[in-house]
Amino acid sequence: MDCLEQKDTEATAPSVIDRYYTRWYRADMKGNPCEDHCILQHSNRLCVITLAETHPILQDGRSIKSINYQISDGCSRLNNKVSGKSKRGGQFVTDFAPLCRITCTDETEYTIYSCIRGRLLEVNESILKTPSLLLKKPFTDGYIAVILPKFEESKTITENLLSREEFESIVSKRSVAESQPS
Amino acid sequence: MLPLKEKDKPVVQKLLSAGCCARCVLRFCCVSVQAAYRKPHQETLKELQAFIGNTENGKSQDSVAADSTEENNKSHDATVPEPADEPADDPPSKRAKLELSGTEAPSEEDAAEEKLTEEPSVCVVCLGILQELCGTTQAVKIAEKVKAEKYEFETLVLSVSLPAQLCVREHSCWLHVKKELREKSMAVDKDDVVQVKEAFKWVLQGLVAKEIGGVAVVARSLFEISVGFTHKETDADCHFLATTCADCFRPTKNKQSVFTRMAVVKALEKISDTKFLTHYACPPAKPTSSCSSQDVQCLHQCVFVAGRYNKYSRSLPQTPWVIDGERRMESSVEELIAESVLSSFRSEGFNFSSSGREDVDVRTLGTGRPFAMELLNPHRSNLSRAEMKLLQETINNSSDKIKVRDLQIVSREAMGKMKEGEEDKTKSYTALIWTLKPIQSEDIAFMDDIKDLTLDQKTPLRVLHRRALAVRPRVVHSMKTRFLDSHHFYLEMKTQAGTYIKEFVHGDFGRTKPNLCELLKTDTDILELDVESVDVDWPPSIPE
Repeated sequence: MDCLEQKDTEATAPSVIDRYYTRWYRADMKGNPCEDHCILQHSNRLCVITLAETHPILQDGRSIKSINYQISDGCSRLNNKVSGKSKRGGQFVTDFAPLCRITCTDETEYTIYSCIRGRLLEVNESILKTPSLLLKKPFTDGYIAVILPKFEESKTITENLLSREEFESIVSKRSVAESQPS
Repeated sequence: MLPLKEKDKPVVQKLLSAGCCARCVLRFCCVSVQAAYRKPHQETLKELQAFIGNTENGKSQDSVAADSTEENNKSHDATVPEPADEPADDPPSKRAKLELSGTEAPSEEDAAEEKLTEEPSVCVVCLGILQELCGTTQAVKIAEKVKAEKYEFETLVLSVSLPAQLCVREHSCWLHVKKELREKSMAVDKDDVVQVKEAFKWVLQGLVAKEIGGVAVVARSLFEISVGFTHKETDADCHFLATTCADCFRPTKNKQSVFTRMAVVKALEKISDTKFLTHYACPPAKPTSSCSSQDVQCLHQCVFVAGRYNKYSRSLPQTPWVIDGERRMESSVEELIAESVLSSFRSEGFNFSSSGREDVDVRTLGTGRPFAMELLNPHRSNLSRAEMKLLQETINNSSDKIKVRDLQIVSREAMGKMKEGEEDKTKSYTALIWTLKPIQSEDIAFMDDIKDLTLDQKTPLRVLHRRALAVRPRVVHSMKTRFLDSHHFYLEMKTQAGTYIKEFVHGDFGRTKPNLCELLKTDTDILELDVESVDVDWPPSIPE
């Protein structure tokens, strides 16, 4: 293998997410300030839902008390089962379908939403066992769920989402607003 | 000399007056001497006429002869009112034309006699299949087709597809002479009648072999020539069966007509003789034209070519990569191999399969990956070892992105060995690994001692859109590290086939467990991957 010329650049080489995924965002979910979600769309159209780095859960040294995929009395995302290539049986979620509720040790509770329309393929059960994954690796091992958009909607579902640039500009305006005395 | 007995006479008599051709008469007399069919049918007809002429004084013959005379008179009469001098732009009906040509030289002779001695009309049962349609013209047509397409072969099998209504006509004719046949021998059954197909082949095979030259026409061969016939005029013959045996004719996809040969045969088995006779003429009505023959089709059975390939490019997919109908990479392993193979075998197409596959950015080194190609309708199939070697060189000289070895012709059965190996065989890889935290060679050395590490791999996200979601246990049999620098090392692995290496390294959002990030307690990523060996011992190696 020839890699000598690469060595210097590899430290900054694109990560797995950079290589295969496009980052999309929803800011201030349902009007709740800073409750930003991130949607990683793979080139094969599949989407991984994660917290955005600006989400309150990831700020101020918070820690997590519990994560609950039981979003109502009748519906638990943990019961989601898909079978076969066509993923039969997966719950169909829309933009504002709750995926889970996360309670921090300071008793603040946040709801994470699906952000896009599609079939729920799986939720991340690892964060139930190890909630700290959510804080340590929010964009990889601490993901929330995997959603497969309909084939014909795979391009249009991101139309309502913010691109990385748009999201960053929103975030930078926030910090300007914060620093200005009101 | 006709292989017929005295007892056959009433049958022959009855069939001839019904409008059967000479060969159909032989068929219904259950003559299985092939040579009898190979004689020119006009000659056989004369012999048959002479044969029945010997016993003009029999009582039953008299009545049949009278019948036939009457019938021939009738049909002759029917043509009389037709104006003989029609204007040219108003073409006479086919029937009229045929009848007229058959009676071009009208004479004072008895109409029945003239009918028997002149050029015979189209047979009511075979619709001409066993008359002119299996003559030299047909054999020449077949030979021309084969030569035009430059097929190379030693033997061929002839297949024929006949219009389904032939079964109906056969049945009608069988009922017509059943009584006479049973008088000859009680045991005789419809199955004892020689089939049209059979007789057709007996006649045509020799002629085709003669026209093509140097080949044998046999019952089983890799090379098949099919001739097909249709007869529009009598297509409606079958239609009454749809009302009497509706359950035999269910419309299905991919079928042009419900009246397939199989369905018609089934319906005829079910229908009672009386019911049949109320719906269909017995003997069958005379056709005005003979069948029209469709294009001659040639098909050589698939040839299988196997070998092993190396892939030296990180921008070459194994198979054509198309997304949303758009081509992503300009070439592929299978296309690079197929180009020369197809032209050597002059094949019309191919199906490529291999023992697993590698990603577009993965190289395959070592002795390569087993593959096999099914070549569709090859016009040439018997390449020698030396020619195969030459073909291999041609492929290898055509591109530096791939290399092929052990190229050989294999049997269809042997292909299975390649797929057998897919699950339980092992594969060896070398991966270039990046680590987030700086490492020293001691930090990674422990992995050299890990043996048979079982991974639980969830279907990787990158293929989850087209594969079922499942957790699959996969075994990493052994690992060997080669330290490179503080952030890089080579990881050599021997794994169970089907292990997703990239996901083992980066963890796939923690969906492969354990993964290299967990083992090394830092983020790791895979920068390059090479397949070093695919441990499937097929196809057999060919010494250089």
